[in-house]
Amino acid sequence: MVKKGSWVMVHDIVLEANERSTNLPEDTKKVPLEMWAKGFLLEDGQMGDIVEIKTITDRLVKGTLLEVNPSYDHNFGKFVPEILEIGIRLKHILWGGEANE
Amino acid sequence: MNKNMSYDAVMDRRSEIMKKSVGIDYNDFEYEGMGFDYERMMNETGYTLDEIREIQGSTGVGNTPLIELKNLTALARKFASKGNGARIFIKDEASNPSGSFKARRAANAVYHAKKLGYKGVIAATSGNYGAAVASQAAMQGLKCIIVQECYDSTGKGQPEIIEKARKCEAYGAEVIQLTVGPELFYTFLKLLEETGYFNASLYTPFGIAGVETLGYELVEQIREREGRHPDVVVCTNAGGGNLTGTARGIIKAGAKYTNIIGASVNLKGLHMASDKLFNKKSFTTGHTGFGIPFSTWPDRSDVPRSAARALRYMDRYVLVNQGEVFYMTEALAQLEGLERGPAGNTSLAAAFSIAQELKEDEIIVVQETEYTGAGKHIQPQLSFARENGIEILFGDPKEEIQGENIVLPSHPSQIKAVDTDLNKLKASYIKNCIKNTGAKEATIEDIEFLIKETKSSNEFVKNTLENLNINIK
Repeated sequence: MVKKGSWVMVHDIVLEANERSTNLPEDTKKVPLEMWAKGFLLEDGQMGDIVEIKTITDRLVKGTLLEVNPSYDHNFGKFVPEILEIGIRLKHILWGGEANE
Repeated sequence: MNKNMSYDAVMDRRSEIMKKSVGIDYNDFEYEGMGFDYERMMNETGYTLDEIREIQGSTGVGNTPLIELKNLTALARKFASKGNGARIFIKDEASNPSGSFKARRAANAVYHAKKLGYKGVIAATSGNYGAAVASQAAMQGLKCIIVQECYDSTGKGQPEIIEKARKCEAYGAEVIQLTVGPELFYTFLKLLEETGYFNASLYTPFGIAGVETLGYELVEQIREREGRHPDVVVCTNAGGGNLTGTARGIIKAGAKYTNIIGASVNLKGLHMASDKLFNKKSFTTGHTGFGIPFSTWPDRSDVPRSAARALRYMDRYVLVNQGEVFYMTEALAQLEGLERGPAGNTSLAAAFSIAQELKEDEIIVVQETEYTGAGKHIQPQLSFARENGIEILFGDPKEEIQGENIVLPSHPSQIKAVDTDLNKLKASYIKNCIKNTGAKEATIEDIEFLIKETKSSNEFVKNTLENLNINIK
């Protein structure tokens, strides 16, 4: 159970596929418009329940309870070796061999 | 409140919601025919340059350093013909409080919102502007909501946009994240209606006037150091506000002969509203998906008349590929010791190529940089591309196929800004203007408006109208 007052993320469908704008590419037409919002849980709830939250600007938002204490997981990604190569090549061209070759 | 909240009903209330949330009655500036009085709109609803400098100065915005890129200039000269290779300068806009030039736009918009008594501000943006509005709202004690297009239908988000959400939240803003689609505007309108907050649109006169200080400052800085005006200024172009505001500031500083060049990342073939293609791109701004449609019809924005009108000021419009921009981002770090975000370096990649066309004693200014960090950096952006099946290789950047590969130049001499056909874009603007206003004929007043809108001539506008079978009264 998730306690009232917890900081959570909810998910909601803003527009079902059939309610969407007509002016969309085919692939986008087939999927709903979804939304994610964060806030404090107003009543105790279970993951997956429809709950109500109060956002940081004091708005009330309803949605499916998705995550408690939602965290950021973006990072610097996996190492891309080509990037290392760029600096080495540039320094070589500017200061290294090429002018003396 | 038992208002009809369906998509169509909310969209139908659009102009009413806009009027309340921006505090401008755009009808005041409309002419009889196709046009409107752009300069009067800018003068009556914007701020003077001195006022803006004061507003921005009071929140630590602006007065960013101008740095000469001596090593990149030396590198460009290696590939230029004898006597060519202009000096490249960069305006380090990353040193603004929120990490980009967007702080200039936001400072004005949020100041204005507060002056008019709004309790909060809302902006629809997946870019640096969100962080800028959030930062300014924090300084001025207003509430702030940012609406982002962030995820595809599998819930996979662009790392660059997720980082911007983090930054907005770091400044105390509420962030609403959506999947792909232009109906972001619907959510945005609902929020404006629900909260009664100010629409801190990117495209209001306050926002665009806020960028004028950028152009003004860079002219002043070059003048102080070199005793002359810059020959060329390159602006990354998406919605057109960066270029419009900068160019207006340059003109106000008296540099009438400075060439203004727009630069965008070429994302040809990647439909912006496509769910499947959303994560096939490695740039979420500064690209042709915004640059071309907004140049050729600025009033597609979230206000009735956009103050960002790039074709009024653009002398050239060039494209660079994703691989070239990533490469120059790394070059800026490795050769100049400036680690900055990739999207802002679009104009740098273009300038590196254009400098080689100019004389050694000429000056080219890249007018922005942006902050970098997790998600918003060459490393995670290329890593994300690779995870999404995009091939990353060294080769000739001309051979890049958007959505399939990213070609990093094998050699810096391969970086080439490619000119778009500006006349074609101007003609396309005129065509859109006819289509969107439903005009059947054109008056002298219409023609004068179209000349200004496209920075073209009487002859050009008349020929274009004739080709569109529009009678001239």
